[in-house]
Amino acid sequence: MSNSSEATLPPGAADAEDVDAGRRRLLVATCVAGGAATAAVAWPFLASMEPSERAKAMGAPVEADISALEPGQQMIVEWQGKPVWIVRRTKEMLATLTKDAALLADPSSKRSEQPAAAQNEFRSLKPELMVMVGICTHLGCSPTAKFAPNDPSMGANWPGGFFCPCHGSKFDLAGRVYSNMPAPDNLPVPKYKYLSETKLLIGDDSKGA
Amino acid sequence: MANGSTTTPVKQHWANGLMDWVNDRFPLTALWESQWGKYIAPKNFNFWYYFGSLAAMVLALQIITGIFLTMNYKPDAALAFASVEYIMREVPWGWLIRYLHSTGASAFFVVVYLHMFRGLLYGSYRKPRELTWIFGCLIFLCLMAEGFFGYLLPWGQMSYWGAQVIVNLFAAIPVIGPDLAIWIRGDYVIGDATLNRFFAFHVIAVPLVLIGLVAAHLMALHETGSNNPDGVEIKKQPKDPATGLPLDGIYSHPLYSVKDVFGMTVFLLVFSIIVFFAPEMGGYFLEYNNFIPADPLKTPAHIAPVWYFTPYYSILRATTTELMYVLAAGLVVLVAFYWREIPRKLRPIVLGVAAVLLAGFFLIEAKVWGVVLMGASVLIFFLLPWLDRAPVKSIRYKGPLYKSALAIFVVAFLVLGYLGTEAPTVLFTRIAQVGTLLYFGFFVLMPWYSKIDSYKPEPARVTK
Repeated sequence: MSNSSEATLPPGAADAEDVDAGRRRLLVATCVAGGAATAAVAWPFLASMEPSERAKAMGAPVEADISALEPGQQMIVEWQGKPVWIVRRTKEMLATLTKDAALLADPSSKRSEQPAAAQNEFRSLKPELMVMVGICTHLGCSPTAKFAPNDPSMGANWPGGFFCPCHGSKFDLAGRVYSNMPAPDNLPVPKYKYLSETKLLIGDDSKGA
Repeated sequence: MANGSTTTPVKQHWANGLMDWVNDRFPLTALWESQWGKYIAPKNFNFWYYFGSLAAMVLALQIITGIFLTMNYKPDAALAFASVEYIMREVPWGWLIRYLHSTGASAFFVVVYLHMFRGLLYGSYRKPRELTWIFGCLIFLCLMAEGFFGYLLPWGQMSYWGAQVIVNLFAAIPVIGPDLAIWIRGDYVIGDATLNRFFAFHVIAVPLVLIGLVAAHLMALHETGSNNPDGVEIKKQPKDPATGLPLDGIYSHPLYSVKDVFGMTVFLLVFSIIVFFAPEMGGYFLEYNNFIPADPLKTPAHIAPVWYFTPYYSILRATTTELMYVLAAGLVVLVAFYWREIPRKLRPIVLGVAAVLLAGFFLIEAKVWGVVLMGASVLIFFLLPWLDRAPVKSIRYKGPLYKSALAIFVVAFLVLGYLGTEAPTVLFTRIAQVGTLLYFGFFVLMPWYSKIDSYKPEPARVTK
């Protein structure tokens, strides 16, 4: 303690050439342990921002009554807080889907989200009835229906489909995205099944009951 | 005076006695004098030097009006929209407090953009003021966070869909993105949990950081001393024998105190006219769609962020697959162009980073790069002190290259800002893409054009 330096240092101050290696090691170990403890304490705070148990339980399937849905019409039901579109497509609408593959980014829906039973050119269980989540795969806006062919706001040769007002992505009447659009993938098709001819269950495609 | 007696001390005014009592316990006078009272500033400040003090005033306005708004606002998805209408219609003077706060948000950005432009004009970011600049950039980031979190609170259609789009930006990050977005929202969609936490960020978390950064910004500034329109370092000047001040230095108080109060008066005049006669500013300060309650099932036909975010929003939208080819080409050209300037040891690292970026440009979808570019367009301001290689600070002594570059940058910024308010069309997207390239060109080409530009010598004394 008193053998090395002549100058009197204030207590706690260490001369640069006179570092007590043992104490330095203890200091480093203390800092590391303290840092680890602080990081561990941060975890409950960060994890408290995850969805609560109540939010996780809110994903139940919903029923949709489609008896009043006329050909060429669209209805919207809410499932998991998201808009789900149900469109009863006309023959003319379905005809556009067989011709537009060249315009699309993912015409056969290889990298898009849908139940296996709906991975066909109409992206549906029954050709005329389309069910999809109306949330753009770009940044989550809900696209607008632009069913009229050659809609002047959509440019010439528009076969009818959907247009996202936020960033301009275009989709066909099966929710398939046009190529070179901000949206990378087709609109997702949720799991769904027919409870009867006029009733759908959205969010569940299990067999039976 | 002494009244015959030699022992009676000179009577001190009670206020001086109180100051002595405080100063023995807390460095109040020292703090005041170092930060403002005896702060020596260049004598040639001009119009552009109003905006710092105005920003401080708007910050105070936002904090005070914000406190009073929280007394009636309800951060609950079922109640929020109605509580804002309640403030507007039923709380005494609630409409005024709310309009002061909403107009104050836009005013804050007006003032801060002009304050930053001053920095670009006179090279205020240059050595030795790099940390003042960096604290300022961090303040700007906090301000953007405040604007974003605050905009969700009225729970209107624009609040909801704006937050939806911005939070989904994070979902675009590969691998961790979707979980990160859920963590930010606290739910699978924007909902009550999101609103409640954005309220917490807006009213306490970010303001605390913001106030700390403002203190750091001012302390750093008062350490180095202010720059001025001539870029002359008054600290290097000889002292005037009569005053002991640098030749071009004056005490900021009371001279600039009076100047700033004048600026505040003019500002408040204009501000009041807007608050009382045009608080919505034709849909730019308060968007029309935000008077419709949030509807998760329907996006408004036209959505655009508030005006102060639109330049960055334009950059986001302009980043399409096509632009990635241009960016890839630009990156290759840039590396080749600066190759000889890169220190030999760093070359493998630069090549590696460029190769990873190039691969990423084509392997990761364009929307992710849109997010990256939008972030980069703000963060690139941090690098300015090291991008500028001019031998002078102020534009007054810079050559035609910097003057043109700055003019192009300002035009690009304004055009991008305008396009961000409009619906996207093929032509507008093209223009936004050109604007994006020009925006970044101002920064990434600066080491080149600031080096070869012609300069006039910086004077020893400030000019008129």
